[in-house]
Parts: sequence; structure tokens; C-alpha cells
Amino acid sequence: MDIQLTINDISLKVPEGMSILDAARTVNIDIPTLCYLKLNEMHYNNNIASCRVCVVEVEGRRNLASSCSTPVASGMVVKTDSLRAIQARRAMVELLLSDHPKSCLTCAKNQDCDLQSLASELGVRHISYEGEESEFEIDKSSFSIVRDPNKCIRCRRCETMCNEVQTVGVYSAVGRGFNTVVKTAFDLPLHETSCTFCGQCIAVCPTGALTELDQVDKVWKALNDPNQFVVVQTAPAVRVALGEEFDLEPGTIVTGKMVGALRRLGFDRVFDTDFAADLTIMEEATELVHRIQHGGRLPLLTSCCPAWVKFFEHQFPDLLDIPSTCKSPHEMLGVLIKSYYAKTLGIDPKSITVVSVMPCVAKKYEAARPELAQSAETADVDIVITTRELARMIREASIHFDHLKDKEFDHPLGESTGAAIIFGATGGVLEAALRTAYEVLTGETLEKVEFEALRGMDGIKEAVIPIAGRDYRIAVIHGLGNARTVLEKIKAGESNYDVIEIMACPGGCIGGGGQPYHHGNMDILQARAAAIYREDRAKPLRKSHENLAIVSLYKDYLGEPYGKKAHQLLHTSYTARKKI
Amino acid sequence: MKLKNADTLNALKAQSLKLIETRRVTDTVSTKNAQGLVRHVMVCGGPGCHSSGSPGIAERLEEELNKQGLSEQVKVFQPGCFGFCEKGPMIEIYPDNVTYCEVSSEDVTTIVEEHFIQGNQVEHLLYMDPITKERFATNIPFYDGQLRIALRNVGYIAPENILEYIAADGYQALAKVLFSMTSLEVIDVLKDSGLRGRGGAGFPTGVKWEFTRKSPADQRYIICNADEGDPGAFMDRSVLEGDPHSVLEAMLIAGSAIGASEGFIYVRAEYPAAIRRLQIAIAQAQEYGLLGKAILGSDFCFNIELKYGAGAFVCGEETALIHSIEGARGEPSVKPPFPAQKGLWGKPTCVNNVETLANIPAIILKGADWFSAVGTEKSKGTKVFALAGKVNNVGLVEVPMGTTLRQIIFDIGGGIKQRKTFKAAQTGGPSGGCIPTKYLDSPIDYESLTAIGSMMGSGGLIVLDEDDCMVNIAKYFQEFTMDESCGRCTACRVGTKRLYEILTKITEGKGTLEDLENLEKLCHIIKDTALCGLGQSAPNPILSTLKYFRDEYIAHIVDKTCPAGVCQSLLKYEITDKCVGCTLCVKKCPMSCITGSSKKRHVIDQERCLKCGACMEQCRVVGAIIRH
Amino acid sequence: MCDSASSNQFVQKLDGYIDSLTYKKENLIGVLHYAQEIYGYLPASVQWHIAQKLDIPSATVYGVVSFYSFFTMIPRGEHVVNVCTGTACFVRGAEKLKGELENQLKIKAGETTPDNLFTLETLRCVGACGLAPVMIVDGKVHGRMNEAQDINEVLAKYRPEG
Repeated sequence: MDIQLTINDISLKVPEGMSILDAARTVNIDIPTLCYLKLNEMHYNNNIASCRVCVVEVEGRRNLASSCSTPVASGMVVKTDSLRAIQARRAMVELLLSDHPKSCLTCAKNQDCDLQSLASELGVRHISYEGEESEFEIDKSSFSIVRDPNKCIRCRRCETMCNEVQTVGVYSAVGRGFNTVVKTAFDLPLHETSCTFCGQCIAVCPTGALTELDQVDKVWKALNDPNQFVVVQTAPAVRVALGEEFDLEPGTIVTGKMVGALRRLGFDRVFDTDFAADLTIMEEATELVHRIQHGGRLPLLTSCCPAWVKFFEHQFPDLLDIPSTCKSPHEMLGVLIKSYYAKTLGIDPKSITVVSVMPCVAKKYEAARPELAQSAETADVDIVITTRELARMIREASIHFDHLKDKEFDHPLGESTGAAIIFGATGGVLEAALRTAYEVLTGETLEKVEFEALRGMDGIKEAVIPIAGRDYRIAVIHGLGNARTVLEKIKAGESNYDVIEIMACPGGCIGGGGQPYHHGNMDILQARAAAIYREDRAKPLRKSHENLAIVSLYKDYLGEPYGKKAHQLLHTSYTARKKI
Repeated sequence: MKLKNADTLNALKAQSLKLIETRRVTDTVSTKNAQGLVRHVMVCGGPGCHSSGSPGIAERLEEELNKQGLSEQVKVFQPGCFGFCEKGPMIEIYPDNVTYCEVSSEDVTTIVEEHFIQGNQVEHLLYMDPITKERFATNIPFYDGQLRIALRNVGYIAPENILEYIAADGYQALAKVLFSMTSLEVIDVLKDSGLRGRGGAGFPTGVKWEFTRKSPADQRYIICNADEGDPGAFMDRSVLEGDPHSVLEAMLIAGSAIGASEGFIYVRAEYPAAIRRLQIAIAQAQEYGLLGKAILGSDFCFNIELKYGAGAFVCGEETALIHSIEGARGEPSVKPPFPAQKGLWGKPTCVNNVETLANIPAIILKGADWFSAVGTEKSKGTKVFALAGKVNNVGLVEVPMGTTLRQIIFDIGGGIKQRKTFKAAQTGGPSGGCIPTKYLDSPIDYESLTAIGSMMGSGGLIVLDEDDCMVNIAKYFQEFTMDESCGRCTACRVGTKRLYEILTKITEGKGTLEDLENLEKLCHIIKDTALCGLGQSAPNPILSTLKYFRDEYIAHIVDKTCPAGVCQSLLKYEITDKCVGCTLCVKKCPMSCITGSSKKRHVIDQERCLKCGACMEQCRVVGAIIRH
Repeated sequence: MCDSASSNQFVQKLDGYIDSLTYKKENLIGVLHYAQEIYGYLPASVQWHIAQKLDIPSATVYGVVSFYSFFTMIPRGEHVVNVCTGTACFVRGAEKLKGELENQLKIKAGETTPDNLFTLETLRCVGACGLAPVMIVDGKVHGRMNEAQDINEVLAKYRPEG
């Protein structure tokens, strides 16, 4: 049933139950808000009406209404721009600023901060109500996320994300009154909690309260160290998002410019994590076949996503035997650079610095896992920076990104197929695996390589794919809450899947916590996904086993997929961890 | 023994009447004529009397009566609050109808000897009018003008005995509702009675019930809000301790009218006595088949569970209370949806406060007209107030709506302590305001209190006199709301803090006129923007004092003085030439900032003076140390 | 605070209580009340244990504990001295009473004396407004506490003899 109402003298009809704020948006009236955030694609709805910025005047009402949480009513007359509403809105921003550090110029979110832009939009020129400011410790304990509660505006978006979407539950509002702030259990440093470092809290934080641990300086230092051979690799999802940082349309593919920028920054080699994605397919597909043939435990769960890995280590420590033992692609590439490639070049692995550019903040944590190193001094990957950090480096070096000429990745670890690029979107790993599995198991050529059933933003996608007389029951999951649902079923023995792809972030890596801020616009994620599949179609080779560099890698160095050498370099193990 | 139908309830009532028979005889004042009945000594067990030792008195009485062989003729009871806390511990003797005030354990022997053995009233324990010096054995003026509906059984029956409640018409209203009324009729009676919520805003109770009943659902809930958090109100506690069954009965009536089979009482953990009484009452009601399945043989089933609060004022707000019952932080959420639509665990829920509920069995039994005959046009019935502060007769009073403040404070309350001048009455607690002298004669009801910038609230009524600084009072309440803010919304979390900071500045003599302007502006903005009722009403104490006592704010800001002499930073102690140089003040001064040799006039070093007033307290020469 | 034997006993008691509940997560506040009764306070380890038993995040439990002033994460002293700061007591000198107690006990409200004998706290209205200002020691109300001498006498009753 539609409801008729008037907003700023515009008469409109909207469905019953819609909020005033959403109704206003249908007629292009924007009501600012700092807490309200609804991301339908991931079933995220932070509607706690805490910031009070979206207040509007409703005729006949004693006080102002928070438009985010007030449903429309028939005949309602709303003013979003009355002096009363605007003054109140400005007062709310002033109150927030009165308890907020004024260090905007040096804040990691400078010019990307919702509070800052709103203060500017509302023309806040001074703060009428100054007083005591909160003093909390800044938490830099983890390798991934920096928490500065002093910049927290108590919008609780992170809490909703962590608790309701990801079901990790690391955050809660703590304390009462003025001292209320979002914190971890018992104020523990994030590093000591069950945080998966997926970074989705960063993705929704409107201010600089949650940011990635900045590693840019470390990269500059390595680049300027004459004794270091600095190799960079880029994840599939970076090339379809980096352009946004330079005001290009979301979904613009900037692979060539990105490679060009990395060369300009001074990296000695620019490799592609996609190479290792193709390699992952070879290893994981073989592992699956091995489990099926040897009666191993099914389903096989993918292990490319470090946030997901940490999630099951904390939440399902009794299921450690079902995830694939494959390292994640950038770790595989890292170890190959320091072994295979170092040998080719004839240089000491210790003098190689591997930098990964990832859409992800969990990769920073992953790179620091002690088991992902050949020795104490030689980690597989040395430094991880996010898409956002790379953009900062490019800006810092005054590189005009849009004027860069397209460049190509270096050989041989820059070779990849279309199967690798789709790792960046949810469903991509399994789609890539199926392209290879089909041909390996049937010996026939797969004509139609697109598996549409595995694509899209549904949280849990299922399919049964018959290959060589066997039905493969597969599932594709993104979002840790969805993963929990399926894991619970597996634990209870109620699932009969053969293989499941799991990614922690919405949409897969394209929606990673290290990507350019989407500010709540999910169309951006869709555009990135579309770009991923466009890039796949444009590739001459679209099946991992067709990657000739991979073929020679096995022939010259690794031997058999899932073989002894592969095991030693490309596979890992997991640790049971406490839930806290 | 489960009561199988209304008849068995009536039979039990008939049987139980003898339990309270003695107390029903009220036509004699003679201690000599006890009409051959067993005498009842009621020792007030209200919070005030309990605190000043009434349980010990009851124990001593029993011991002494036993010793004198009177334990068969005289029975001792500890009912709920009599209301007249000022003169506690109080005892009342039936059927003699004699009340003794300020009784101590030492008086017990005298009472037993004089009253029960000799048959004489113990004169010095009778209430004495402070002005006329007249003694009263009964009909104490404090009770004149009061009408007890919600408190009808409080102080009258033994709260731990369901049979006494049944004897006092208990559960008759439930039987009436179950067997001779439809649920729509019940709701209509409530609507017609004009009963409004006694916990705060005064929403019509019948409408709330109707609203909840109309929300489609497979399950509905009744919640009794017993999270009395107003820092100066204890009426709900008194009802729970003195008449717990009336609350249970009302919840049962609500359950049957609304279509709910489960009820919760959300009670403060700080009220252990009330919790114990409720536990006993629930167990007894279950035993008699008044809770559980097939109540009184009908097809109505209802259970009540106790839920404990944990010290959060905001949980008095119904959505916050519901979240607290669900095991979460007690943060309010936006309405709509109202609890009547989507409440506890997403089901339609009716939240009523204790005092509201306590009225309901009486309304059902006596009818809407009986109830609505009391009160004003829009506010029907009575209201219980916790009368406290600078008033002579501190206590719990229940008066018809429309009674004036003057009647409550001067007639019932006996005027201002130490013959000081009345300055204001604070009603509605942290959400209310201060009412100045000029409104002493306006009749109190929901609308009139709101119109003069205060509110009914839960019924705290604090009397302030000339010695109270209104800026300091506003600061007190602001500190309260700041501490009790749930911290969810910006307006309240940061706003109340800033209000408090500005007030602190003003009371310290550091305020400016710009601060005053900002204070007022921020008050209006918080009222306009805060998420819940707590935040929206938080500025009321400031706004009402600004409205009626602006001159006091100006004095603090412009003249840097506190007219009431309360705000320490603004005080100045000076030693006059009346000083005899006894050096007492020198010895007492914690800062050692008083100098002067023996027998010579002393001097206070104003720079270092803390303004603690220790010197003045110590000084024995009138006018030698002055404060201004 | 508690040796491992009694701590084990406490855990068993707490687990027994939780196991007896039909609804678990919904009863978090009830469980916390129960645990505080056993342990006297709610240390992080107990909260963590409850979180595991009720299958809710530890942060959520901590968020609830830190919200309600009735719950404490710090062990209290042997005797808890409360000053009523309800309005009636406030206008009749509760601030002064609090100051005097802070003075005599040499701690601030919210703190515990170094000998662990007294914890000083404030609470709102105990309904003994007629006796204002009041202090409450271990649940027992002491009224009309206007004089330092009276306060001292009350405290003395709780001090070990000698």
C-alpha cells in the first residue's frame, strides 16, 4: 500500500513502512546522516537513530523526528530544510565536534570523512558548546586495524557490521552516558580478540576511528634501500577499484595504468597475484580430487581469504581439517618469488622485499603469521598495503594517474588467465576451479566457461554441477555470517556439499576492507564486479591450466601439483584459537 | 489449595475475613473497649520506618507480649508503609485505633504495660501538632485530605499473607473479569475511568490496552514497570512491599483483557524487600491457582516472572526496559513501533507502572464512574506523591488529582521545616521542573503541571526553601541525567554533559551571559532532538528554573554571588570585629589560612580559603564570622 | 580473591544455574546477577566464561556489565558504605555527608580503602527520605547523618575491635 505525503512541498507516494529519509531520497531530497546505513545486498541495516543529524520537522509533532527511523504516514507534512531542523542538525554536529579531536589535517580520513564533510556542508564555523573531550587509548596492537576511539561518533556502524553481518562480535558499545564508546571485550587490544581483520568495520566507519595500519612508509623505505630488490604484486580486485581514488568511474579497469604507476614508484618487478590464483586452482583442484579419491573429509573449503581463515580458527576450532591447506594466492606468490624466482635471478631471498597490494586489511595480518615464512627472517610476504594506500603513494609521488601509459606485468610471474582475475569477485574461485576441473576430469574442452549460477550478490549460492558422471554439490558464500550458517550445518552433519568457496567480505575481494570507501553506495561494488567479468572476457586464456607460465613452473620447479615440493611451499596449517 | 471457581474464592474470602476483622472495627477510640477481639498491633514496615528500626520493635513487642502472657490476645503484624515517614517508626493498634509515633525499642515495655495491661494510651507517643501542641490518638491531620486508592491495602494488610488480601476483596476483580465481563468491556471500563499512566507521561491506560490487544500476534506480553528510578520517589516500592497481590491481580486482569499469557515484573535489584514480597506473593498465587493454568477454573492461563533491573534509570523508559529484559544494554529505541505493536521479543507488549496497576482492581470492582468522580476533568483518580525535602511531614501521600500544592505541602505536609520560607516544589524528578510560589494554588494534574514547565512524573515531590540554590538544584538534576544517559544519542550523550559543564561554570562564578544564552539554546535543542523521553525531558529542571528563578542565575553570573549561600566558590567568609580571638577557628581551619593572635581579631586569607565553613561552624560568638 | 578450589566450586555453581535455565541468552542479566552474588564482582574471566556458556560474544557481555551500575568489575571492600544521593537527601546535605565520609575514610566515592575494609559508593533514594541525609552500610540505613561525630560512630561499629 502506498502512502501519500509531502516533503518540502513536494507531494509523493511511497510504500508503507518506508522511512522519511528513504522517502525523501526518492525525490532527490538528501537528508544528511552519520549513523544510518542500509546495505541491502549484505543485509546490513544500522538504524539506531543515534546521531540525530537527520532530524526533520513533521507537522503536528512536538519535537523533531529522526527521519531515518520514522516511518512515513499518510498525509504527513515534512520539512527537511526548515531553520529549526537545520539549527538542530548543526547543533548535533557541533556537539559531536566538541568531543572529537581537531586534528583533521593529519587524520588518515582527511577529506574522506563524513563528519568533516557534513561540518563543511552545514557551514559550522565555530563550536558553541565546548567542554571535556574523551580520552581513550589508541589501539595499534594489530597488524591490520588501528582503532582511535577518540574519533568515534558512536554511530555503531562497526558494531552492527561485526555483530550482525559478520557475526564475529568483537565490538560492543561499552559504558554509559558520556563515556559510552564502542570497544572490545574488556578493552582488550584488537590483536588479542577474535577479530578476523576483515576490515568491514573500516569500510563503514564514517570517521577516522577505524583505519588500516598504514604501511606506506615501510614501502618507501624498502624502495629507497639500495640493497633491497623490491617486488610488488597486485590482487585481482585492486585493478577494478583503484581508479575510483583518481575520480574515474567505478568499474573502470586500470590494470595498465596501475602497473605503470608501480614502475614509476620504483618497484624492481611488478608481478600479478593472478598468476598465483591460477596456481591455487591447480593445487586446490588437485587437493579436492585427492580427498574424493582417498575418502578425505568433505566439503573442501577454500582458504584464499585470511579473514575467513581466522574466523574458523576462532569460531570452529573443531573443523580445522576441512579447509583446503592451500596458502592464499599472494602468499604462494611471495614464497615463489623468494625461492623459485630468487634462484632464477641468483639473488639472496633475504635481499628481496615482497610487497602485496591488496583490497584487504586482513592480508596485513596474514603476512605476519609466523607459519607463512620459510624462516624467521624471510616471510613469504614482507609488506601488505591496501588499494587505498597504493593510491596515497601514487598521489604522494605526484603521479598523474590518468595520464599514465598502460604497462604490462613482468614475466613470468605476471602471466595470468581470465580464471585468475575472477578470484576478485564472490564465486570466482569456484568458477575458475570448475573451468579446470571439467577439462581435467572429462578430457573435453569446456565451451561455455561462464557459470552464472555462481555469480551475483546472494549471500549463499548453491549449485549442483555434473562432471564426468559425478554431481558436484557446491556452494559460494560471502559474508562471515553466511559462512557461520553453513558451518553450523556442516558441524551438525546436515550438509552434503563437496566444495564451498567462502569470502569474508561482501561481493568478495572487490568489497574488501582495503578498497576505496564506498560510502554506502553498493552500486560501486556491482560496477567493480562487472569490471572483473569484463576483464575475464577480454583475456585470451580463461582457464588456469592453460597458463603456460604455470605449466613451466611445475615442469621446471614444483613437480606435481599437490606434490612434495608444492606441499612444502604452497600449503599451510591452521591453529585452534580462543573465542573472545 | 487451588481455587476451582469464583465460588471457592468467595468461600475462602468469607473464611479469611476474620483475619482482618479486628482492623475493620474503626468506630472506637477507647483502649478499654476492645470488644473481646484479638488486638492487632501493626508495626509500619515501610522503607522509612524499616530503616529506623521497625523490625526490631516488632520483635521486641512479640517478646514482651509473650513475656506478659498476652501473645494470644495481641498479635503483631508488619504491614507496608503508613505514609507518615516523618514520625516513624509508627505503630497502629486495632481495634483501639490508636497510633503511636517515633516509637523506639525502649518504648516497647511501656506500650505493653500501659496500653495493653493498664488500658491507657501512652500519651507521649501520640502525635502532637507542632503548633497547637494538641495530641492525636487517631485522625492525625496528615491523613486529612488524603484518599487511598492505589495504597488502599498498604499498611493495612499483612503483605505476606494472600488470605488477608483475599479478605480485603482481593482477586474479586479478577473473578469479575473472568466470569462476568468480556475483554472489551474491561478495556471500556478502564477507558471510561480515565485512568492514565502513573509512571510519567500519563498515557490513557485503557487506550494502551486496546492498542496492544488490537495488534495481531500469536503471543502478547504484560510488563509491570517496577524500575522506580526517580531519585526521590518510593511509592512503587511501597506498593510492592505493602500490597504485592494488587499488582499481580492487575497484571492478570490485563493479561485476560489483552490476550497475554505471560507477564514480567521488571523490578529494581536495589529493592530486595520488594523482590522478596513479590516472590512470596507469586508463589502463593500459584498455590491458590490464581497464577498458572486454568485460573479459577476458567480457560485463562497466565504466568508471571520476575526480572531484575541492574541500576539504570533509563530502564524506566519502556523500550529500554524491554531491551533490558531481553538481556541487552538498556538503550531506548525509537517509537514507533510502540511496544504495543512490537515489544518484548517483537511481540505486542503492554507496559504499565506499579501505581497504575494498583488502581486497576479497585476500578474494576467499583466501576468507572466511582473512579472518575475523583480528580479533575482530564486527570482522574488519585496520585501518590513522595513528599520530601524541607517539609515538616515527610511521607507518602495519596491525594485526589486536582489537590493543590499548597494543600499537600502546608496542610498535609505541615509546612516548611524550621519556619523557613517556601521557595519551590520540584515535581517529576529529573524530568520535571521547579514550581514557584505563585503556582502553589493551582490544582495538580497532568496538564497543569506540564503547562507550568514541570511534569507529574512518577510522583517525587521535593520541597525547597530559601536555603536552596536553584542553579545548584538544576545542576544536581543535570548531573543525574548525565550519569544516567544511556549514551546512545548525541543530543543526550554529549548534550547533557555540556549542560552540566555550563552549570558548573556558573555555580563556580565563572559563567558569562553568553554561557546562559548557550545553555538555554542547547536546552531547547536537546528537547527537540533527543531520542527518548529521558533525553527530551532532561533540560526541564534547567528550563523551569531559568523561567522562574532567572535572577538567581544572573546573580551567579553578573554579581558572582549565590543568593541562597550554597555555591561554595561564590561564598566569602569574613571575621568581624565581634571576634574575641578565642582561636577555635584557627584550630579547625583545614587550610590553616586563619591568622591572628589570642584575644585579638582574626583574619581569613581569602586567597587560600576553601569556603568549607568549618570556622563558622566552630565559632561560638554570634556574628563573629559571617558568610556572604 | 578466591583460591582455585573455591573458584572451581563457584564455576560449578554458576554452570549449574545456567544449565537450569530454559532460556539462556535472554537471561544474561539474571546470570550476571547470580554470578556477582557468588563472586562478589564480575572479573573479566567470569564474564568470558558466561559468554562461552551462553554463546554470546564476550564484548556483548562486557557491554552489558559496563552499562548497569549495579554490576562491578572491581572487588568491593568488606563493608560497603553507600550515601543516598536522592533528591531529598541532596537538599538535606548528602553532598556534605559524602564529603565527610570521603574525609574520614580517606578515599573518594567509588573507591575502596587500602585495608579493604570499606568501599564508598553512592546510590539513589532508598525511600528513607524522612531520615535524610542517610548513609547505608551493608544494607543497614543510618539516618540524619549530619554530624561528623555521628558518622564516625557508625563507621566505628564496622571497624575491627582494637
